[in-house]
Amino acid sequence: MTRRTIILLIAVVCLMLPRVARANDAEGAKFDPKETIFEHLGDGYGWEVPFNHNKRIPLPVIVWGKDGLHCFSSSRVTDGQTYTDGNATFRIAGPESKYKGKLVEIVDGQESRPWDISITKNVCALLITIILVMISVLSVARWHKRMGHKAPRKFVGAIEFLITFIYDGVIKPTLGDRSRKFAPYLLTVFFFILYMNLLGLIVIFPGGANLTGNIAVTLVLSIFTFLLTNIIGTKHYWKEILWPDVPLWLKFPIPIMPIIEIFGVFTKPAALTVRLFANMMGGHMIVIVLTLLIFVFGAMGVAVASGTAVVSVLFSVFMLLIDVLVSFIQAYVFTMLSTLFISFGQERGHEEHGKVHAAVPATAVADTSTDQNK
Amino acid sequence: MELFTPDFGLVFWMFVAFAILFVILYKWGWPAIMKGVESRADLIDKGVEYARDAKEQLDNANAQAEKLLAETRSRQADMLREADRMKTQIIDEAREAARREASKVMDSAKMSIEQERKEARQQLRDEVSALALDIATKVVRGQMADDKAQAKLVDSLLNEIENQN
Repeated sequence: MTRRTIILLIAVVCLMLPRVARANDAEGAKFDPKETIFEHLGDGYGWEVPFNHNKRIPLPVIVWGKDGLHCFSSSRVTDGQTYTDGNATFRIAGPESKYKGKLVEIVDGQESRPWDISITKNVCALLITIILVMISVLSVARWHKRMGHKAPRKFVGAIEFLITFIYDGVIKPTLGDRSRKFAPYLLTVFFFILYMNLLGLIVIFPGGANLTGNIAVTLVLSIFTFLLTNIIGTKHYWKEILWPDVPLWLKFPIPIMPIIEIFGVFTKPAALTVRLFANMMGGHMIVIVLTLLIFVFGAMGVAVASGTAVVSVLFSVFMLLIDVLVSFIQAYVFTMLSTLFISFGQERGHEEHGKVHAAVPATAVADTSTDQNK
Repeated sequence: MELFTPDFGLVFWMFVAFAILFVILYKWGWPAIMKGVESRADLIDKGVEYARDAKEQLDNANAQAEKLLAETRSRQADMLREADRMKTQIIDEAREAARREASKVMDSAKMSIEQERKEARQQLRDEVSALALDIATKVVRGQMADDKAQAKLVDSLLNEIENQN
């Protein structure tokens, strides 16, 4: 196909989109852009099938209700019906409930939220990501075990390039001789975030879940970094927090600096959480809003809608391309900041450096004294 | 607002999934890769060093070979010159020896010729004297008449012989 045909095809598809939108409007209820945006950004009990807004891939629901564990397919509740499993009744809360969109157990006519560990759309995407990361990394490991010193090519080579890029470019310069200890965690985080980000950009089934744009995911990741920083932190790190090198009046009667430092211990992972979450959610939101503009303008007639469609699609493609870059940058930045925070916790301080310097004169003195004794 | 409240289920699964991923990669993934990458880097470093050494050695060997070749050439020339010298010397010596031999042979030949001549002369003299005596006897016998003349003749003959010697 020549370039001209491709452009023509894209233009035709763009011009037809408003018609599809109108057809959908005619079929279903009133179109609510805000609802659609949040549905796409949020989690769900099923996974949308491409080109059909009503059919969903059912996923298992696992809840711990008032009377124990319940497992059933999400297809039993996704259309708003109630499902009774044994003595417990479940349904997805409606828009007026405070548990909107979540699964609730109905006890005596009251909605209550059970412990919900369902395999939702996000959890499913998470598992897919885990499998993909595992395949990628283990393929490189297997190459190194089987092929010895041969240079890897194609997929394995690309993954190995990323590994050495992070290991030699970020971890080694920051952590120095301790990089071997923390590299496994940091590299796992990098690949995990990168894969989640990139899968989120694929619109249809294996992708499309807004995982890294979900605060739960980024929260857990930064909690891991927080734990690593503070549990393996050195004595000097804690001294710097609780008794920093500042004039006495800044820390003695009122511990101003220690309070600020302790506050800093918690703001670092919080910043880590919000940065990744906000960046990725923003990217997803812009693309969805640009797409929804077509449907919003669809009500104003075909000509307006067609114009909007062309502009919107061009902008969405542009934004998605930028998001590919952002996916990589965000994974890189999260890894870099984690490395930095962990390296703060690994500071060895002056006393250990002092020991090394002091050791040489001490032995020299000992030597001279023994000489004199002779 | 629901976007900013972490969902319990997702947090739980995230913990579980990430822990599993980390443990598996920690055990079977990263150490093998780190070790492989580092040992390959070492191998490449060593290879580069080896190649550099090999090139140096090759250069050295080339220089050495050239030196050896030049040395051999000069030695060959020396040997050729020596051989030439020896050849002329041998020829000279041979010539000298031949000359000496020849002269020796000539000398002995001369001596023997001299000897022969002496002998021959002695013999001739003996024969001549015998012949002369014979002749004289005959003449004496034939011309016994004229004593004076005879005596004169004998005397002159004898003088002649005397003079000849």
